[in-house]
Amino acid sequence: MPTETVKSLLTPGTHYMSGNEAVAEGALAAGCDFYAGYPITPSSEIMEHMARRLPELGRRFAQMEDEIASVCAVIGASWAGARAMTATSGPGFSLMMEALGYAAFTETPMVIVDVQRAGPCTGQATRVGAGDVMQAKWGSHGDYQPVALSPWSAQEMYDMGGEAFNLAERYRVPVIVLAEEAVGHLYERIDVPPSTRVVRRERDPGAAPFGTKEPDGVPPMPAFGDGALLLVTGSTHDPRGFRRTEDPDVHRRLVERLSRKILARRSEICRTEAHLLEDAEAAFVAYGFTARSALEAVRQLRAQGRRVGLLRLQTLWPFPREAVADLGRRVCRILVPEMNLGQVEGEVRKAAGCPVATYHQVDGQVIHPDALVSWALEVT
Amino acid sequence: MKPVFVRPQSLTDKPFHFCPGCHHGVIHRLVAEAIDRFGVRERTIAAASVGCSVFLYDYFDIDVVESPHGRAPAVATGIKRTNPDKFVFIYQGDGDLAAIGTAEIIHAANRGENLTVVFVNNTVYGMTGGQMAPTTLLGQPTTTSPYGREFGQDGYPIKMTEMLAQLEGVGFAARVAVDTPARLAQARKAVFRAFETQLEEKGMGFVEILSSCPTNWGMKPLEAVRRIEREMIPYFPLGVYKERKGSDAL
Repeated sequence: MPTETVKSLLTPGTHYMSGNEAVAEGALAAGCDFYAGYPITPSSEIMEHMARRLPELGRRFAQMEDEIASVCAVIGASWAGARAMTATSGPGFSLMMEALGYAAFTETPMVIVDVQRAGPCTGQATRVGAGDVMQAKWGSHGDYQPVALSPWSAQEMYDMGGEAFNLAERYRVPVIVLAEEAVGHLYERIDVPPSTRVVRRERDPGAAPFGTKEPDGVPPMPAFGDGALLLVTGSTHDPRGFRRTEDPDVHRRLVERLSRKILARRSEICRTEAHLLEDAEAAFVAYGFTARSALEAVRQLRAQGRRVGLLRLQTLWPFPREAVADLGRRVCRILVPEMNLGQVEGEVRKAAGCPVATYHQVDGQVIHPDALVSWALEVT
Repeated sequence: MKPVFVRPQSLTDKPFHFCPGCHHGVIHRLVAEAIDRFGVRERTIAAASVGCSVFLYDYFDIDVVESPHGRAPAVATGIKRTNPDKFVFIYQGDGDLAAIGTAEIIHAANRGENLTVVFVNNTVYGMTGGQMAPTTLLGQPTTTSPYGREFGQDGYPIKMTEMLAQLEGVGFAARVAVDTPARLAQARKAVFRAFETQLEEKGMGFVEILSSCPTNWGMKPLEAVRRIEREMIPYFPLGVYKERKGSDAL
C-alpha cells in the first residue's frame, strides 16, 4: 500500500480545541478533501469547522438536504478519488444505514464520525450516550464488517480522524469514528505532530476492482475517469463489477470475502491499551469517555490496595476478541461499564472465559468514577 | 369591562420560551385563532417538526405528535386518512420542510392530502444554532456558510410556495409575513384560508410565513423585523399563489 508522510497542516506542538474540532483537523491533516453533511447536535461543530477550513485549503465542502444525501455524496466523492467523510449523530446515523451497507458492499473507503447522543430516537440531543455501538456493526442489512474506532480524548479524536482514513483506504471499508458527545465537546490540549502518515489508495486501473484471487483479499480501487471502465453496483457483482444477481457462487464468494478481509486482519486493525494490568486480579474493559472514568476508578481502587487494571478498547469493530480473551485468562473478573444497556458486554462475555460484571447507565450523563469505585468494591 | 384582546382558547397560558423578537409566538397565535374561529379545537391534531417548533405541544391545548425530522407530512397523512373527520395541521420550519423533508411535503401535496401546512421560513436552522438552511439568502453568512451563501457552492434559496403551487393536489398556497400589522392581517386571512381548504376538502392548504430569527441572524429584534422587508420579501414575494375556487373540489 503506498504510504507517505505529509507535513501537518496546523503548527506542530500544543493546541487547545474541542474533540469535534480535533477530529476535523485530524482528518484534514490526513488528506480529507471532501465533506458532505447535514447539521445535527452534538456533531455540528465538525461540519461548521469543515465549512470554514475546506474552502480555505481549496478542498470541497457541501451541505446536503439530509443525511441520506450526505453519505451518498461521500460515496460518490470517494469513487471520484476523494478522501471523503461526513459526521452525524444517532438520528442521522440511522438514516445513513442503507448507504453504509452500500459502501461496505461496494468496498468504498469513507469515514463517518458519529458523535453519539442519548437515544433512541431524538432522545436527548445535547446529552451523552453510547447506544450506537451495535448499530455501527449491525445497522444495515446483510453480513458485512465495518471498522469502528472509539476515541477517549480530544487528542485521540485528532489521531483517529486521520487513522480512520488510512484504515478505510487500506481495507476499502467504511470506517466509523464512534465518538460520544462528552468527547466531541471536550476541550483539552492536543499535541499536533510535525507530520502525518497517509495511506494512499492503490488505484491500478488494469486490475479487477471487486475481486481478488485470495478469499480474503482487498482489491485495488480505481477512480472514475482512470480508464477502468468502472461499474459500481450495490447488486451482487463479480470481480470486474458486473451484476451477477442469480449466481450463488459469486454471491457467496463476495459476501465471504468482504467479511474475511476484515476478520482475517483483526490483529493488524484492532488496537487496545493496557493500564496497570501487570498484577491485576480484576480488570475494567471500557471504551470511549467511560474509559477515562474507569482509569480514575482504577487509580482510586489501587490506592485502597485493590489490584485492578483497565483494558481500553480503541477499536470496537472488528471486536478485539483476542485481547479480551487474553485478559480473561489473567484476571478473575472483568468489569464492563457502558453508557448503554449492555452492548459491548455481550462481545466481552463471548471472548472472556471468566466471570463478567456489567454496569449500565443511560441517564444522558457520563459515568462518574466514584460510581465505578463503589460498584467495583461490590462485585470484586 | 369589555375585553379588547384575549388569549385564544386554543393556546395554553404557558409563556412562550422563544427568543426575544422571534415570530414563532405570533404565528402560534394566528394558528390558535384559526382553530378557535372554525371551532375545531376538540378535533384538531397537530404534527410538529424537529426544530424550534418542537415545543408546540406546550402552547396548544390540542393533541400533538412530534414527527421525526422532516416527516410530519407523512405522519399527518396517516393520521388524516385514518381519521378524515379530524382537523390536522402540520407546523414545520424551513430546515425541516425544505431540506430533509422535501420528499414528504411534495408527495403529500401531490397526493392532495387534506392537510393544512404552516411553514415557518426564517432562513436558518434555528434550534441547532444557525446553520445554513435551504432558504438562506445569497450572501447570508451562517455557521455552515461562513463566507456567505454563494450560488456556485450552495445553490439558490428554495421557493417552496411557488413549487407547491404547481401541484394539482394543492388547494391553496400563499406566502405571508408578520412583520407589520397590515401584513399580520393578511397572514391571518391566509391561515384561515388554509384551514378552510382542508374543511372544504380541497386538498392541501399551504401557508409560508416569513419569520425573524434575531438570535441566529445576530441582530436586535427591530433590525431583524426590518430585514424581513428589506431582504426577505424581495426574494420571497408575498401573495396568494394558488386558490382553488368555489365548487371545484379536488
